[in-house]
Amino acid sequence: MTAPALDRTSHQAKGLMAPRKSPLLTIVMALMVIYALLPLAWLLISSTKSQDSLFGSFGLWFSGPFSFFSNIKDTLTYDDSIFLRWFGNTLLYVVAGAGGATLLATLAGYGLAKYTLPGKRAVFATVLGAIAVPGTALAVPTFLLFSKMGLTNTIWAIIIPSLISPFGLYLVWVYAVDAVPTELLEAARVDGAGELRTFFTISIKLLTPGIVTVALFSVVAVWNNYFLPLIMLNDPKLFPLTIGLTQWNQQATGVGSNPIFNLVITGSLLTIIPIVVIFLLLQRFWQSGLSAGSVKQ
Amino acid sequence: MKAHMKRATVASAAVLAIGLALSACSSGNDSGSKSTDDSTQAAASIDAALQKGGTITYWTWTPSAKDQVAAFEKAYPNVKVNLVNTGSANDNNLKLQNAISAGSGAPDVVQIEYQSLPQFILSKGVEDLTKYGFGDLKDLYTASTWGSVAQQDGIWALPQDSGPMALFFNKKTFDKFGLTVPKTWDQYIADAKKLHAADPSYYITNDSGTDAGFGTSMIWQAGGRPFKADGSNVTVNLQDDGTKKWADTWNQLVQGGLMSQISGWTDEWYSALADGKIASLPIGAWMPGVLESGAKGGSGDWRVAPMPTYDGGTAVTSENGGSSEAVTAQSKNKELAAGFLKWLNSSEDSISVFLKSGGFPSTVKDLNADSFLDYKSDYFGGQQINKVLVDAANSVGTGWQYLPWQSYANSIYADYVGKAYSGKSDINAALQQWQDANVKYGNEQGFTVNK
Amino acid sequence: MTTTTPVDVAAVTPPPSRASGRPTAKAKAPRNWRGWIFVAPFMIVFLLVFLAPVAYSVYLSLFRHQLIGGDHFVWFQNYTQAFSDPKLREGAVRVLVFLVIQVPIMLCLALFAALAIDSRRLLGSAFMRLGIFLPYAVPGVVAVLMWGFLYSDRMGLAGNVNDFLGHDVLKPFSQTWILPSIGNIVTWEFVGYNMLIFYSALRTIPGDLYEAAALDGAGQFRIVRSIKLPALRGAIVIATIFSIIGSFQLFNEPNILKPLAPGLITTYYTPNMYAYNLSFFGQQVNYAATVAIVMGVITAVIAYVVQLRGNRQEQR
Repeated sequence: MTAPALDRTSHQAKGLMAPRKSPLLTIVMALMVIYALLPLAWLLISSTKSQDSLFGSFGLWFSGPFSFFSNIKDTLTYDDSIFLRWFGNTLLYVVAGAGGATLLATLAGYGLAKYTLPGKRAVFATVLGAIAVPGTALAVPTFLLFSKMGLTNTIWAIIIPSLISPFGLYLVWVYAVDAVPTELLEAARVDGAGELRTFFTISIKLLTPGIVTVALFSVVAVWNNYFLPLIMLNDPKLFPLTIGLTQWNQQATGVGSNPIFNLVITGSLLTIIPIVVIFLLLQRFWQSGLSAGSVKQ
Repeated sequence: MKAHMKRATVASAAVLAIGLALSACSSGNDSGSKSTDDSTQAAASIDAALQKGGTITYWTWTPSAKDQVAAFEKAYPNVKVNLVNTGSANDNNLKLQNAISAGSGAPDVVQIEYQSLPQFILSKGVEDLTKYGFGDLKDLYTASTWGSVAQQDGIWALPQDSGPMALFFNKKTFDKFGLTVPKTWDQYIADAKKLHAADPSYYITNDSGTDAGFGTSMIWQAGGRPFKADGSNVTVNLQDDGTKKWADTWNQLVQGGLMSQISGWTDEWYSALADGKIASLPIGAWMPGVLESGAKGGSGDWRVAPMPTYDGGTAVTSENGGSSEAVTAQSKNKELAAGFLKWLNSSEDSISVFLKSGGFPSTVKDLNADSFLDYKSDYFGGQQINKVLVDAANSVGTGWQYLPWQSYANSIYADYVGKAYSGKSDINAALQQWQDANVKYGNEQGFTVNK
Repeated sequence: MTTTTPVDVAAVTPPPSRASGRPTAKAKAPRNWRGWIFVAPFMIVFLLVFLAPVAYSVYLSLFRHQLIGGDHFVWFQNYTQAFSDPKLREGAVRVLVFLVIQVPIMLCLALFAALAIDSRRLLGSAFMRLGIFLPYAVPGVVAVLMWGFLYSDRMGLAGNVNDFLGHDVLKPFSQTWILPSIGNIVTWEFVGYNMLIFYSALRTIPGDLYEAAALDGAGQFRIVRSIKLPALRGAIVIATIFSIIGSFQLFNEPNILKPLAPGLITTYYTPNMYAYNLSFFGQQVNYAATVAIVMGVITAVIAYVVQLRGNRQEQR
């Protein structure tokens, strides 16, 4: 991500002539954006409808009384405000899980990129091989193991597995090879700095853009984590938003059903908004990291 | 019931002195033949546990559970019930099965559908309640629901609700297209043809061959008894006369494209029910509450009629859906759990809360109460729907059994029957394939199936 | 199983994205053990949450549990059964077809989007980057709610398009179209994700390379071909490997579409769904573990081959 060598800077910073804008390319990309956002437009529009006008009105246009705010109020207060509880749980899982995942992946990716350590090949093969085995099929063995350790139906059943991001490991690995000049590490060693100290004072700054990317992916992964909490958690008070929303959705099924599709939709919208905010925040950070060009120590 | 409770309270002091051991070892599998002494003691020991108090966990997806638990905790202030909403039957079963496999993590009391109960009896996940004198409760419940919980030499749960099938139909649509309310399935098919021909956006009903619960209930209603289980000896015969009768009838709807392919329980489905595009549903008696909360727009349009029959003769129907509650084998305080369960599914205080939420009871007394029978539903245009539904409850065909692995059987039903629906091919052939899969599975699992 | 996968790691080690001419980092690396300070925490947790269940599954796959009769040690019977299981084969072939068609489409779209945004020839590129990434942030249950609406030919967009055209052109829930319908959702979800990976890799290309290209008078396409694409090779190989793994593990999308597409999506539609249904509904945990292991080995081998090819091309 960062230009690693001392004489390198990002092309923007160098002030290359900005190419002229291409209307054709812009139109093609605009079509892609429409494709990406069309379903979300449905979600946004539907969140303004009451349960009754949700049915039988055209999905991509407003109809019936404008119920956006009453939907939000109902979502937040339904069943003793359980939605807020789920929201809090999700935040906890994201901070602990994605934070930890980013840290572990960064450390390990850096270690693999910058050190020749015995067993490096085995690490790569093991990680690749283990993630190739489908996790959903391993859910029962995982559940049984966690149950023996007394971890099921606790927050740890969600947080501990979230700590591993194989993809994050590979990303940092690829970035770190070039982003952290080996000469710099040598110099630090000559100065007598410890490896960890060097990492936390020098390397981590050079890796920042990569770390932010990994953090973004981890946050989204934990935020949308569905299968694991479904298996591991019984207590609705521990649920993350995804499981909670699914349970609301299932309320429309079977004996004694009580559909609340409007709350499912509004709840979904509220679930996506924080991710957008996080993206915008991290993106700025990530961009500034990029356009700063090489970080010189 | 209330008198019974009071008697139990008086007796409880005496029994406390004798100790609980006596009641715990009472045995015998025929509930009716027990000596009153035994059951009085059992009832008393349960009541003692309720008075002493403690904490139990209860898994359910019944909407009224919250209010029921609140009422219970008011009546028995020493007991704390940790209520866990498991969301749906599927998730509930999955979590219960996991907890049983792991040997820990199960609640004390759990809701189980009638069709899934054999599976949990088999895996020894639920406790035989005979020793708590629950045999005395037999007469409180309809024969079909009691038959579902008292089987294989034990009483494994208490019925919560029932779902005798009836024909729910949209009168507005029926009137608009001049359809007659069918008495026989032949008339039903005639209506289906007439309706869809008059306006192709209208369908007599929706079914896509994915809901095994519906399919088996229809087979049951047609007189089919495809499953027989006696210990580890199991028979699967999905080619018996009753099953064929249903499949041949339904073939006409499937192959004629006369049924809507809208999936049940989706927003689209509720919307089609509200505007009458799905004109009827043969479904369990718990449906009125669902219509009222999910298809408000159809208010005033819907009516209930008895299920059509094959010969136009005696009314006969079957159970569709419905659940019981059981005490798990993992429960650390089984007496307290049994006490809660008994209160939950047989006390006036609890059932009245359940009824208020639109549930359809399984208790004879509540089914025959004047206030229940005379209730006029506004949603159903003032019809006294419970009269029709209680008649249905009284005409459920007897002798039905589910497979000991019904949940699995149901999960693969759509692989065969659903495929036949979407390919408009013969349901009988699909049922034969479903049978083969079940025979194979059963034999692999150590049962003796069709041998 | 996985620890013994014969992977030649010289080949699999992620290639440095542009360092072909420079001395490699490895040459000057310090003594061995120090690196493990960094790698150990990851590996310890990895051992617990990935390797232990895999090892346990290998163990389980050698047994058979019966509802009546309990556990038996059966050697490799589950494996021989898996290899002659028509349901597993059907699912495996289906994900293979899916993989061969969907992954290239998705990655090409992602690559195109990344190059377009990086080209600085777009208006509103920051908004586009966010817009295309956003679907990845949508939880699966919500995605299916939305697509369920769009696919519906009664109330949804497909229905409107059909009304507009006068006859039924779009039938997302039909025998022919259900797999493409699933592919569309997967593509929609993951284009933005892959785009970001490519995009961030593009942003690491040093400016002096562009300057040199500009001096040479190279056009946009030439720059893309000679500078950008080679620099992306590492990211493309990784994205491909993870997409392959994702395709073989296809589960969420068909599983949540299943209730909406009755009769079209079976319980053995993909190998992962098959294993899931075996263990959760059929209580055949042992056989499910076997299916998982078999699919894991196949996936790892294919991922390995792709990695090898990716590297060989770079060396050329």
